[in-house]
Amino acid sequence: MQMEYTDRQRGLRSEVRDWLAMHVPREPLASFDSPEGFRQHRRWEATLHTGRWSCVTWPEEMGGRGLDLIDWLIFEEEYWAAGSPGRVNQNGVFLLGPAIMDFGSAAQQRRFLPRIASGEDIWAQGWSEPDAGSDMAAIRCTAVREGDHYVLNGQKSWVARAVWADWMFGLFRSEPDSLRHNGLSVMLVPLDLPGVTVQPIRQLNGLPGMADVFFDHVRVPVDQRLGAEGEGWHISRAISSFERGLMLRSPARFQETARALVELYRRHRDSADADPAIRDAVLDCWMQARAYALATYRTASRLMSGAPLGPDASANKIFWSELDLRLHETALRILGDQAELLPGAPDAADAGRWLEGFLFAQAGPIYAGTNEIQRNIVAERLLCMPR
Amino acid sequence: MDFTFSEKQLAYRRNIRRVLMTEVPPELLRELWDADAGRAYGLWQLFTELGLTALSVPLAHGGRGGSDVDWVLMAQEAGYYALPGPLLHTAWIASALLAALPDGALAEHWLPRIAKGEARLALGHPLHRLVADAHVADLLLLHDRDEVHALLPSQVRLTRNPSLDPSRHLYRVDWQPSAATRVADADTGRALWDRVLDRAALSVAAECSGLAMRMLDLAIDHSAQRRQFGKPIGAFQAVKHQLADVAVKIEFAKPVMFHAAHALQHGDPLAAMYVSHAKLAMGDVARLAVRHGIQVHGAPGYTWDGDLQIFMKRVWALDAAWGTRTFHMARVAAAVLSADGAIGARDTFPRPATTPAGPSAAPDPRNPSVMPGLQATETY
Repeated sequence: MQMEYTDRQRGLRSEVRDWLAMHVPREPLASFDSPEGFRQHRRWEATLHTGRWSCVTWPEEMGGRGLDLIDWLIFEEEYWAAGSPGRVNQNGVFLLGPAIMDFGSAAQQRRFLPRIASGEDIWAQGWSEPDAGSDMAAIRCTAVREGDHYVLNGQKSWVARAVWADWMFGLFRSEPDSLRHNGLSVMLVPLDLPGVTVQPIRQLNGLPGMADVFFDHVRVPVDQRLGAEGEGWHISRAISSFERGLMLRSPARFQETARALVELYRRHRDSADADPAIRDAVLDCWMQARAYALATYRTASRLMSGAPLGPDASANKIFWSELDLRLHETALRILGDQAELLPGAPDAADAGRWLEGFLFAQAGPIYAGTNEIQRNIVAERLLCMPR
Repeated sequence: MDFTFSEKQLAYRRNIRRVLMTEVPPELLRELWDADAGRAYGLWQLFTELGLTALSVPLAHGGRGGSDVDWVLMAQEAGYYALPGPLLHTAWIASALLAALPDGALAEHWLPRIAKGEARLALGHPLHRLVADAHVADLLLLHDRDEVHALLPSQVRLTRNPSLDPSRHLYRVDWQPSAATRVADADTGRALWDRVLDRAALSVAAECSGLAMRMLDLAIDHSAQRRQFGKPIGAFQAVKHQLADVAVKIEFAKPVMFHAAHALQHGDPLAAMYVSHAKLAMGDVARLAVRHGIQVHGAPGYTWDGDLQIFMKRVWALDAAWGTRTFHMARVAAAVLSADGAIGARDTFPRPATTPAGPSAAPDPRNPSVMPGLQATETY
């Protein structure tokens, strides 16, 4: 047990801090679920790439810096503390990129990774279907081999970022009549191919953050299958473990929200203290964000000493998604009758960011595997309870 | 930056676990409830042979010079096995207090005895009316306002107060402070009592962590054995999710506790707040483990003969020990709500570098002269 940063780590921290101070946009960007915001965020990814900060844990030859997990936590702390934009590129950088490194051919790595690192290709992820949500093994989208192509048919639902993304990775049934987890493959599909129809779905804030994607005899070359044919379930599990686990929701983001919540409370103390429970709720949120940070350092230490990322990824997902809800619910309680004001309303506090975050937080316990499914995983795999 | 424990620390814990599992079963705890002093001489001898009484006594006084981090691991085990008696108070908290007293004479006399298992100590504190295990103490360290006083059993009069937890022995202690009993004045004493409180609150957090894990294990076992509707009740999601919630909470409270121990050991200026966070978090976990533990056990969960009560009553009893929730929340509030609070993402470890932790002084499990291991089973 050793809890000091090394000189190299402190050096990295100031390097990140200095670079961000020079480059983070002064004005907050529009939501990346709007056309203008998507363009702004893609430009920001390109800017990050020029500083070689877009995918710091990737190997250097892939456009990264080869940083370890503790370094990554330091980067993330500086990133969110500097008020940097959200990552429109997160599906590519945190989910698909590592999977291509683990399962992709050398040619696929050369072809896809540099364009993810630079933000030239923004990726959507397509798992769910109308009849395959929590029961993901029920998927019916097909990829039928015809010579050196697969022909894709079916519908993917709730595909995040699909409206403006360039590509989608998703799970298709490549072996006809196969059952459940067998006979599935991960396919990499450009969203502008003939036969692909993207139908936007508006989220609670009115913006199309996701879409239904329809495939009607879409021809995809065989070299756009990731990993072996039939290995899709295994690869998709690995990807969702990245998603639930360490990388997608770094603690720094919640710590900065918790800090903003404490500051909000201090500004509104005169009215907020009329309900003494609010102070305790604020402190509780702050403590939980801190606990999440410490737990992530602990997970990083374990992974670096060779332990695998197991069902604790599910525990992680439960924890951050419920924390995110509590943070924003508490903020709205403090704001009282200002809470309902939309971003842009002349009298909205903090430019309406709390309401925006509150609406977004509603999705947390559902996407990336509902929290009910995560609790099953914790009970069955961590606690070894009967199925 | 490394949150993992050394192989030596883990090996020591494995050994402690193995011995306590066989030597301190619930049946023994129940026997001791009915025994006069509620304490078994053999148990203290076992702790001594396992190296626990000497764990944090400084090397110069015949101990092993262990740390708060070593102790927090052991205190978890003390919770898991619901150890009765003043082990943590004597060997961890009072030892540290003795070693920090301005006059070294008392430490000189008592620390070697503690290490050898020849002395048990009881601790008062300005926060507490009563003193735990005063009836078996060879020395009592008590407060008069902020002063520290050391008293022998012959200098005090004890009145027993039975507790909800039959393993806890609480006493009102009547005594007369005098210049002869005073071992630290109020100015020195204030800081000493603060440190006692931090260590004791951390030990309660660690015990709660062990208690929560034990109740979780009992509930998992029960849910696998008990069948209804043709299958083990643990196969039902409503049961699974209750226990998953406990498991998740434990996993996210442990790093807070380990970090607090590390901070305390290194004199971090924010250690008091970190300890309060740990006690609040582990207290929440333990209360949830009680509630869901009883629920999963069904009717056996609220019986005298069921073992769950041993652990849940300890949790209830410890809830307000060494600072109530209100007390610890106020300490967190003072740190977090102050104008200069370092509370953002960059402040997970706000302290600049200090001296790294010394090597763990846990006894070497491969050395039989230090580690009697299972031979200890022959002590009673």
